[in-house]
Amino acid sequence: MAIRETKLSAEHITMAFQRDGKTTPVLNDISLDVAQGEFLCIVGPSGCGKSTLLSAMAGFLSPASGEIRIDGQVVTGPDPRRIFVFQERGVFPWLTVEGNIEFGLFALARGERQRRITHYIKMVGLTGFERAYPAELSGGMKQRLEVARALAVNPDMLLLDEPFGALDSITRLTMRSELLRIWEAEGNTVVFVTHDIDEAVQLADRVVVLSDRPAKIQQIVKVDIAHPRDISSARYLELRNGIFEQLGLAHTI
Amino acid sequence: MLRFANALGHRRFQVAANRRSCAGPSARDIPILERRGNRPKGLRLLLTKLRPLVFIAVLLLLWQIAAGRQTVHVLPSPLETLAGIIDLARQGLLLKYAVASLFRVTWGFISASVLAIPMGLTIGWYRRAEMAFNPLIQILRPISPLAWIPIAILWFGVGDIAAIFLIFISCLFPLLLTAINAVQGIPAVYMNAGRNFGLSPAAIIYRVLYPAVMPQLITGLRITLGLAWLVVVAAEMIAVNSGLGFLIIDARNAGNRYDLVVAGMVVIAVIGLLLDLLMRSLAAAKSLRWGVVTED
Repeated sequence: MAIRETKLSAEHITMAFQRDGKTTPVLNDISLDVAQGEFLCIVGPSGCGKSTLLSAMAGFLSPASGEIRIDGQVVTGPDPRRIFVFQERGVFPWLTVEGNIEFGLFALARGERQRRITHYIKMVGLTGFERAYPAELSGGMKQRLEVARALAVNPDMLLLDEPFGALDSITRLTMRSELLRIWEAEGNTVVFVTHDIDEAVQLADRVVVLSDRPAKIQQIVKVDIAHPRDISSARYLELRNGIFEQLGLAHTI
Repeated sequence: MLRFANALGHRRFQVAANRRSCAGPSARDIPILERRGNRPKGLRLLLTKLRPLVFIAVLLLLWQIAAGRQTVHVLPSPLETLAGIIDLARQGLLLKYAVASLFRVTWGFISASVLAIPMGLTIGWYRRAEMAFNPLIQILRPISPLAWIPIAILWFGVGDIAAIFLIFISCLFPLLLTAINAVQGIPAVYMNAGRNFGLSPAAIIYRVLYPAVMPQLITGLRITLGLAWLVVVAAEMIAVNSGLGFLIIDARNAGNRYDLVVAGMVVIAVIGLLLDLLMRSLAAAKSLRWGVVTED
């Protein structure tokens, strides 16, 4: 990997949640750089604050201390240049497939809007379903729709919060390779939160391993395997098992 | 939708369509599945469709027989009731009273909607407003609208305005609560997605909040209209000298004409049913209800 510009830098991020007058620390001094065009995965135990960190990157939450900078500018709120992809729950049920993809394109001329709708419907394989409502789609199709809606506004960054967590395991595998294909074609910077270590090692350039709450960065693992990855190769298993051990999980059941 | 699936000949899509039909709020979707699986033909189909009507006809027949055998006259027979309806129609009272009742329900319902829905949406949106208004709403809500009748007459006299006020009061609180709950029930992901794509606050209201609350609001409006139709009958028994409620109480007071009492009840039932069907057809509009499959 060539040396690339820093896209995002998080500096000493600390966050806490207030509930019933009690303060629960969530993130403890997280510092992290994400390179332009990088695919970064964040893994960690459930409830450790992965999604909180991602929400802060998106600008939905602001850190208690520390700063997140994207292209050198401090993040102060959500921005269409970085689109947050929820699990498929984020698509609007009152809009058709076309309507959902068009949602963020209001500033564009009509012709350009139509061009992007057609292009991204094709890219995510929803051709033939332009007029269908989300309720008529399967979980995987809804997830692809949400990715298409995000890509249609040409964001520099995609922030994905366990996007495939609610899918069945076969659909999940297909979606992973589709996401990689789209990422290679579009060249966006991707930050991908997951609790699935295999998923992280299959997708990422680097895997950030967070500790239990309040989360600290335990380790950053560089995945030096070219795509398409052979998930039975010795190097893959070595990296994967390394992360399992890091999280204190034995890799035998 | 189903036609679309067939045209595609897409097996998986059809499965999705089936599942959709089952999950849909309309119970009318279910017979379609049965029909597709094991399509009853000709006479059997006719019998299936007529079943509810046959059942009602049998009950009417039993009622007629029972009414004929009673020694003390406690209930008019179906034929007497029918004669009562015809009698009322001939005198012109049926239309006049139905229109009077519908007039009151319409104005009471519309004025309550116009006030309660924007107010409820605003209260639901601002947490502080909800904290301020909620106790008041909770105190006023359990008071039966009928308890307002003396106050209504005191303020507005015996007449249309008093009745409209009672309908207004009875619709106000259910609609307020529906609107508050609808806003508070919007999943945060929709709002966040709207903000993420750079929508202005006005655009978020128009493009996210409004469509997101619509299905719940329509359901609330439908239930509330049914409630208004219940209340108008009671209100008209006391607060006015016309309308279907007045017809019922007047038929009793003016000579124990129980055939006219039951005739009035039947007319109330039929109009109530029609009002509900009207609201249902509104609820089925595709643009208002998120992509629910309609039968066409």
